[in-house]
Amino acid sequence: MAKKEYSFYPGCSSQKGASGSNYQVSVDAMCETLDIQLNHIPDWNCCAASIGYAGGGELPRLALSARNMALSEQAHPDQDIVATCAACWLATRETKERLNDDEELMKETNEALAAAGLEVKANKKVRHMVEVLIEDLGYEELGKHVKKPLEGIKIAGYVGCQTNRPFGIHGESFENPVYLDKLTETMGAESLPNYEKKVQCCGGALAFSEPEKSQDLVKGIIEAAYDGGADMIVTPCPVCQMNVEVYQDQINARHGTKFKMPVVYYSQLMAVAYGSSAKEAGLDGNIIKAKQLEDIAGK
Amino acid sequence: MSANVQAIESYRNSFLKEVEANVEEGDWVKMCMQCGVCSGSCPLGPYWEHPPQEIFMLIRAGKREEVLKSSSMWMCTSCYNCIARCPRELPITHIMHGLATYAERLGMAPKNQPTRKFALKFWDNLTKKGRVNELKLGVSLYFMNGFVEGIKTALKAMPLGMNMYKTKRLNPMEYFGGHGVKDTSGLKAILKKAEEIELAKLKKTDA
Ligand code: SF4
Ligand code: SF4
Ligand code: SF4
Ligand code: SF4
Repeated sequence: MAKKEYSFYPGCSSQKGASGSNYQVSVDAMCETLDIQLNHIPDWNCCAASIGYAGGGELPRLALSARNMALSEQAHPDQDIVATCAACWLATRETKERLNDDEELMKETNEALAAAGLEVKANKKVRHMVEVLIEDLGYEELGKHVKKPLEGIKIAGYVGCQTNRPFGIHGESFENPVYLDKLTETMGAESLPNYEKKVQCCGGALAFSEPEKSQDLVKGIIEAAYDGGADMIVTPCPVCQMNVEVYQDQINARHGTKFKMPVVYYSQLMAVAYGSSAKEAGLDGNIIKAKQLEDIAGK
Repeated sequence: MSANVQAIESYRNSFLKEVEANVEEGDWVKMCMQCGVCSGSCPLGPYWEHPPQEIFMLIRAGKREEVLKSSSMWMCTSCYNCIARCPRELPITHIMHGLATYAERLGMAPKNQPTRKFALKFWDNLTKKGRVNELKLGVSLYFMNGFVEGIKTALKAMPLGMNMYKTKRLNPMEYFGGHGVKDTSGLKAILKKAEEIELAKLKKTDA
């Protein structure tokens, strides 16, 4: 297959030193195997995620994503925009759709962008990395590159909210999306198709501001994975990953639980199955070590 | 006249009309058929004094203060569960955000609501440099309740911060610079212009 190129929107959480930096490392390894080239949108800005509304009105928030689209149109005119963070993807895609079906919004947004000499058409597809994998390559192709099947690992696919609603992955249902399970199985691991908390919200950004309330949600997500006999959880989103992984100590302290459930990205599973080292798969970035993956990577 | 007095004056008889004119996606509110599905789908719903369905009812009943001063919509996690399930396809998430934005603009939002404070810091962090610096955001968050409380919260989260630090996912150098966009002045100009356009429209509907 020929090299595939995309206009890449990395998002803040992927930055060096930020919470999802190990996601980025594993994505790079995965893309190298699959011959995917991610061209970073020059000088991209943060999209304000779903929490910009306190300080920013509707138009300023739309303008943030529109600026990224405008820069992408300039730099990579023929490439779809791809994001790895669910929140980045959602904000950008929503902006695209709203600009397309509201002429007045489009006009006002362009008026705002003109203040920095930019213009947006919003005519590109905005896609999540998972869509690229499933739609542009397909499970069969993804399976062809597996060198070290992830045998003997049982993995709960935690899809969460924003890769699932309101847009979701084409052909999947809101209540029971199966793509993570399919990806898991394609890599040779066992999935947990009836994982009960698959699409349960983890609290999102409120993990910071309402920690106890969010941690109750996370507790349910982890419990259900243990109940299903999972060895680890896999997610498609840096916010989900962080929320479900890093508060386990605090939950244990508060509830007397003994959680120690590794939470990894789909791209980490893929990188390991494709033969990357633990470091190339970003496994050193996980706070709760995914020992079984490290072992396979070390073989 | 303050923005709030102005808004009350021009919509003396109808809070619903005010919401339709000034709140993001507000013209959808009248489409709600009060089935309650959204309230039952809301992850932090049990903590909301007025879950979405009730908010829509209160808007129609003209309960302006009760709605705009409420802490409820500040607990929206943007999970889109309500939108996926609403039989009338209301953009509920956006209306919740829109009500929060509007309440904030009118100075009616509950001052100590933790997500409000966090969200304002987030916006501040983002508009200064164009990108979000998680460490700075974290530090100001810990101190948002005042210094002593801040120290306590920081201590509680210490093992967490240390873990993130050890795995290089929370780089302290970030605090002193960190990532930002190059064209900060361009970005600021865009945001300023967008805000201007939006506020001008609010005034227009007020008159
Ligand atoms: S969604 Fe999060 S990571 Fe993505 S750009 Fe926005 S704030 Fe940054
Ligand atoms: S599961 Fe959590 S982090 Fe992931 S999208 Fe939903 S709210 Fe955001
Ligand atoms: S689900 Fe929709 S129609 Fe039903 S109460 Fe909520 S907003 Fe109204
Ligand atoms: S998007 Fe907000 S209002 Fe809707 S269900 Fe989720 S938290 Fe509740």
